[in-house]
Amino acid sequence: MKMNQTWKRQDIDIRPGMRIKGKWHDKHYIVKRKLGEGAVGTVYLCESNGRPVALKISDQGASMTVEVNVLQSLKKVQGNLLGPSLLDVDDWVSASGAKYAFYVMEYLQGESITSFIKRHGDEWIGVLMLQLLDGLEQLHHSGWIFGDLKIDNLLVITNPPSIRWVDVGGTTRKGRAIKEYTEFYDRGYWGMGTRRAEPSYDLFSFVMVFLHVYYPRRFDKGTDPEKTLVQKINAVRVLTPYREPLKRAIRGKYQSSVEMKQDITDILRKQQRQIRTRTSRKAKKASHAPFLIESGGIVMMATLYYLFSLLL
Amino acid sequence: MKGTLKQILLLTDGCSNKGENPAQTAELAYEQGITVNVIGILDDEHTEDAEGLQEVEDIARAGGGVSQLVYKQTLVQTVQTVTKQAMTQTLQGFVNKELQQILGEKQTLEDLDPEKRGEIMEVVEDMGETCDLEVLVLVDTSASMYDKLLTVKEALIDLSISLNSRIGRNRFCIFSFPGKRKDIDRVFDWSPKLDSVSTVFPKLSSGGITPTGPAIREAMYQFGKKSLLRSFRDEDESNVEETGY
Repeated sequence: MKMNQTWKRQDIDIRPGMRIKGKWHDKHYIVKRKLGEGAVGTVYLCESNGRPVALKISDQGASMTVEVNVLQSLKKVQGNLLGPSLLDVDDWVSASGAKYAFYVMEYLQGESITSFIKRHGDEWIGVLMLQLLDGLEQLHHSGWIFGDLKIDNLLVITNPPSIRWVDVGGTTRKGRAIKEYTEFYDRGYWGMGTRRAEPSYDLFSFVMVFLHVYYPRRFDKGTDPEKTLVQKINAVRVLTPYREPLKRAIRGKYQSSVEMKQDITDILRKQQRQIRTRTSRKAKKASHAPFLIESGGIVMMATLYYLFSLLL
Repeated sequence: MKGTLKQILLLTDGCSNKGENPAQTAELAYEQGITVNVIGILDDEHTEDAEGLQEVEDIARAGGGVSQLVYKQTLVQTVQTVTKQAMTQTLQGFVNKELQQILGEKQTLEDLDPEKRGEIMEVVEDMGETCDLEVLVLVDTSASMYDKLLTVKEALIDLSISLNSRIGRNRFCIFSFPGKRKDIDRVFDWSPKLDSVSTVFPKLSSGGITPTGPAIREAMYQFGKKSLLRSFRDEDESNVEETGY
């Protein structure tokens, strides 16, 4: 949502080294550097009592309050959700007297899905898919829809690699109208459904996340959007095993993330079995294909790791 | 209490040059409980004259609404953002007025601590989701809008998708100005959805007359029209039948 708003909204003048002090709770934060900018506000890496935190600040008080409400509701949900935890909510009055609203979250250090896949290999796709579906399942189960699911709002943290989401600006209660979205990821834009918050809305964006990994420059709707999406899915070699579930999700055929997770799990199991037989066959002539064994081993480890983490 | 929000959404690419001052008419509309939002569509190559841009902001401010300047490429998403922003702004205005009655003058949402503010915003959000909404879209069809009308149509269909994903009911209609004989011409009558807009905008008017002020005044009167009331009543009746009363 890049818009020309310079004439209207004043830029917040925040520089590294500056101290932001809360009006209500009296806590203070030292600004380190800018982490990113969204439709509503700007996120800074700050230090509080020697500990790194992420601070989001904006002059749009109302929208910030709405986001805080979401974070607070998610906090009450049982279980370990994939979102960052909320640490503080307050206002800041700048030296010039301007009022800003801010909130503070734990700082998650990680990388984008795209760079993670680039560094660690395509075999991680399946595992990341399952992790994300797991997170969505928990979120949906607690009555919320993520809404603005996209690469920018996801982070892979290492040791062990796990997916987390970083922005709840679009997170909407089930049954309402999606609060915030990004065109490329929005099924309404593609003419594939409404903007009502329901699990299938997130599952559409889910597919777009993985398409975006392999089409970094995105692509246009074309005259027949559904056909375009199917063609794009078919054209990515790495996504071949997942084609059917991805297409089902695009068409809104899944009522819940559990159903989609089941299909992807089945595919991964099948793949694993194939690799195992292939590996044992190849092992007899090991000298020919050490590379295959290695990559097969990685997938097995990754999948095993994931299945193991489910038990925890 | 279940209320109906009324909005005029003005889409234009230039400055008015005929009739009354549009900001004054917008203020009049606002006094009648109708919010006026303005989206100014910029040309890619031309640098706009400052006067035209200022007017966009002036009309929205006088009309209690939201204004935004955009290039054609981002129009689609802007139309729904502006409409929703204006809804929240109006509802927040109501809430602030109530607060002032309880807490005394000059007390607004921002003077409350973050916890209380959160509770109140929850109420504002509920209202935004469930209230009924009437949007009159007023499209400038002067000659310079020629290459923008297709995008305008796309943006309006998109707006309808967004608003119809809410729980509350919606009514839309589209008028164009300048009209052939009158100040505005009806393109599309009050209806719950815009996805049936196959209507092509009327022939563009030549001559460069842009009577924005009179157009807003004429638009204001459309909210009391029978066709609007009827379209709501029809829905109520069909609801009653379904529930078997």
